[in-house]
Amino acid sequence: MNQPVLDVRGVSKRFPGVLALDDVSLTVAPGEVHALVGENGAGKSTLIKILTGVYRPDAGDVHYRGEPVAFGRPLDAQAAGISTIYQEVNLVPLMSVARNLFLGREPRGRFGLIDLARMNREAAEVLAGYGIDVDVRLPLRSLGLGAQQMVALARAVAIDARVVIMDEPTSSLEPREVDTLFRVVRELSGRGIAIVYVSHRLDELYQLCDRVTVLRDGRRVHTGELAGLDRLGLISLMLGRDAAEVRRDGLTGFSAHDAGDVEPILRVRDLSRAHQLHGISFDVRPGEVTGLGGLLGSGRSETAKAVVGALGADGEVTMAGQRLTRRSPAAAIRAGMAMLPEDRKAEGIVPGLSVRENIVLAAMPTLSRFGVVSRAKQDRIVETFMKRLRIKAASPEQKVSELSGGNQQKVLLARWLCLHPRLLLLDEPTRGIDVGAKAEVQALIDELAADGLAVVLISSDLEELVEGADRIVVLRAGAVVGELAGDDVTEDNIMTALAQEPAHD
Amino acid sequence: MTEATVKTYAPPDRIRPARLLQDYGVYAAVALLVLFNVAFTDNFLQAATLRTQLVQVAPVVIAALGMAMVIGSEGVDLSVGSVMALAAAVLPLYIGYGFWPAVLIALVVGGLVGVVNGTLVSVVGLQPIVATLALLVGGRGLALVFADGQLKGIKDGTLLELGTGELLGVPYTVLIAGCLAVVIGFVVQRTTYGRQLVAVGGNRAASHLAGLPVKRVLIGTYVLCGVLAALAGVLATARLGASDPSAIGNLMELSAITAVVVGGTPLTGGSIRVLGTVAGALLMQLVRATLINHDLPDSAAQMIQAGIIAVAVYIARERRTR
Ligand SMILES: Nc1ncnc2c1ncn2[C@@H]1O[C@H](COP(=O)(O)OP(=O)(O)OP(=O)(O)O)[C@@H](O)[C@H]1O
Ligand SMILES: [Mg+2]
Repeated sequence: MNQPVLDVRGVSKRFPGVLALDDVSLTVAPGEVHALVGENGAGKSTLIKILTGVYRPDAGDVHYRGEPVAFGRPLDAQAAGISTIYQEVNLVPLMSVARNLFLGREPRGRFGLIDLARMNREAAEVLAGYGIDVDVRLPLRSLGLGAQQMVALARAVAIDARVVIMDEPTSSLEPREVDTLFRVVRELSGRGIAIVYVSHRLDELYQLCDRVTVLRDGRRVHTGELAGLDRLGLISLMLGRDAAEVRRDGLTGFSAHDAGDVEPILRVRDLSRAHQLHGISFDVRPGEVTGLGGLLGSGRSETAKAVVGALGADGEVTMAGQRLTRRSPAAAIRAGMAMLPEDRKAEGIVPGLSVRENIVLAAMPTLSRFGVVSRAKQDRIVETFMKRLRIKAASPEQKVSELSGGNQQKVLLARWLCLHPRLLLLDEPTRGIDVGAKAEVQALIDELAADGLAVVLISSDLEELVEGADRIVVLRAGAVVGELAGDDVTEDNIMTALAQEPAHD
Repeated sequence: MTEATVKTYAPPDRIRPARLLQDYGVYAAVALLVLFNVAFTDNFLQAATLRTQLVQVAPVVIAALGMAMVIGSEGVDLSVGSVMALAAAVLPLYIGYGFWPAVLIALVVGGLVGVVNGTLVSVVGLQPIVATLALLVGGRGLALVFADGQLKGIKDGTLLELGTGELLGVPYTVLIAGCLAVVIGFVVQRTTYGRQLVAVGGNRAASHLAGLPVKRVLIGTYVLCGVLAALAGVLATARLGASDPSAIGNLMELSAITAVVVGGTPLTGGSIRVLGTVAGALLMQLVRATLINHDLPDSAAQMIQAGIIAVAVYIARERRTR
């Protein structure tokens, strides 16, 4: 093997209450695509943050191009040629797309002023190369999460990098964008750029990566060629259980339900919103998982949001026979609905509050007396759900922002489950969750459905959708283009339904 | 080393000093200043000196408590000084009906200003700085209209007593400020409203989706801030023995914001430090008093205060980026 470009030796990092990294080593050669895997909270993001100077290691050191380095801040690492796409989109939401793409290296015109016209033109060209066609003058936040992630990718690649680190880059991308990402990764690798690739989607790893390092509880448990390791072997390394055990428990936790002709609990009729939703109608029955299928931008998230009143829309929403008139998230919750939003960082966690307070956020009024919160009641609920969802935190009082991405997602699930809803809308519920926990969450959804809960499932992971949903409503450009039930629920049929009708506009 | 010892051993972390400084820096600074004054300022420990300091700081503390809550909601209220002036202007108009009705009306006026601020912020969607700027300017103007632009003496015995009287050696104003700090501390830490307020300040979109009454919480917070500011105005008027709407509460919004920031509450919302705010107000008061006692010119005092604010903001920044 040639000289490694990145060489991490015996790095340890401790946070209050947890040893996030324990004597971890990692070497990456130029042109290599190196997978970094492990359960939620295994220490992947922490290792990456040490490489890029966000954290300083307590022990051990990092060698880059043969020299020991200690970056004071991410900008220094970037300047040295280590460029990173973080798990959570890390750009400036209010600045224009072009601005974000060129931040810190804007093209200059006369008098050293930013040449706006040129910047916008070049930005549009660059993004077109990634299959993104947007008005680059719009603020970044007006883009969907997937498109934002692509901007981050374009930005990371445009910087003259020798190492590109990607922390779950595909978790908010749709299949077409994932293809683009793969193409870019292969291109980079061909140019001799080293890539560290973190993902919970094992298929991706096998398609892209040469070698793999497995972390468990902050320790490195394996490094080697990926080709020499099968899926089951990889999973058992991550979970620390032997392969036979993993096989017996199965990999997805779904089973089919038959709601028969039970009365629907949710009736949606003619949901419309200018430019986004065009007369969407569907029913959801208790004891059944109804999937919303479609590509990014097909209106799945908007539909879910409109149903719970978080997005203004015309049309009728009837819950358990009651037509909802004044629609708002609060009214929806009172009617027995709960929605797990797609964007964890922007719409989910309250970063400054503890795990406990994030879990009870929606249920707080019921857990208090005369407007004074009852800690005893809260603690009981929080304990139950932290156990049930196996949330890994130092204590319930730990700040939620200090949890790993997947554990934050579980906290949000707990927030909704502890309301004991009758209808649960899940927008990408397993995003960023490791294989073990994913099966647990899927099993949980299953169990809840079996208990009579009505579930609406949105997932860009077709496999999850097909296995999880008993019925699928396929959306395209904000309109229903098909409905599949029973044995018709297959990936092929979804793809066909999606291809059938031409786009709305 | 065994597993157990690994778990209990807490090595120094680079995050820690900055965090400690932000969490406890303001208390340490107050303690240092007190020690300095005990050593170098004549008569500092005498009851009269201490009392003057506390009486002077009481209105700032009360206004700053409201400000801390607004800042915790990811907002800011620039109108507190004008609300103090409004309260002062209203008092002499209604004092004829007696002490309680007059004070009540003054507080209601403060609350009304809060309703306007809160509605502009949460329903209309204006930025807090812009929304409250309107009443910063308009409020004082209105106060001067109410008062005919004149300074009016206060003759009501109860009101004067409120400004100068004391209970067991503690001036009423100080007592009120202390009690309010305890009450607000409880509200922020233990009530549903307080926790919802912190959540709304931390992530408004998430709070909305979680069904929190975001608008009600925001309006309530601005109302509380307005009422507290009005109370500060009443107390300041009582102490002065006169209603002087052109002077009362001048630049109070800045003193209050300073106390909050120096006390370690981040301007980005989502966290409220009540005790820190009280300490922040005390610190700024002590700094001013110390400098004046040691005959430094006012300009120097202002520069030093600016320095303290810069340090406080820097420490807060440090923590956010880590
Ligand atoms: N700033 C912090 N303060 C305290 N603890 C932290 C902090 N950051 C991470 N941790 C803890 O360190 C451990 C490793 O977290 P890390 O984010 O590296 O996990 P991860 O492997 O990236 O997981 P995921 O797949 O869920 O993203 C977790 O237990 C987490 O709670
Ligand atoms: Mg992570």
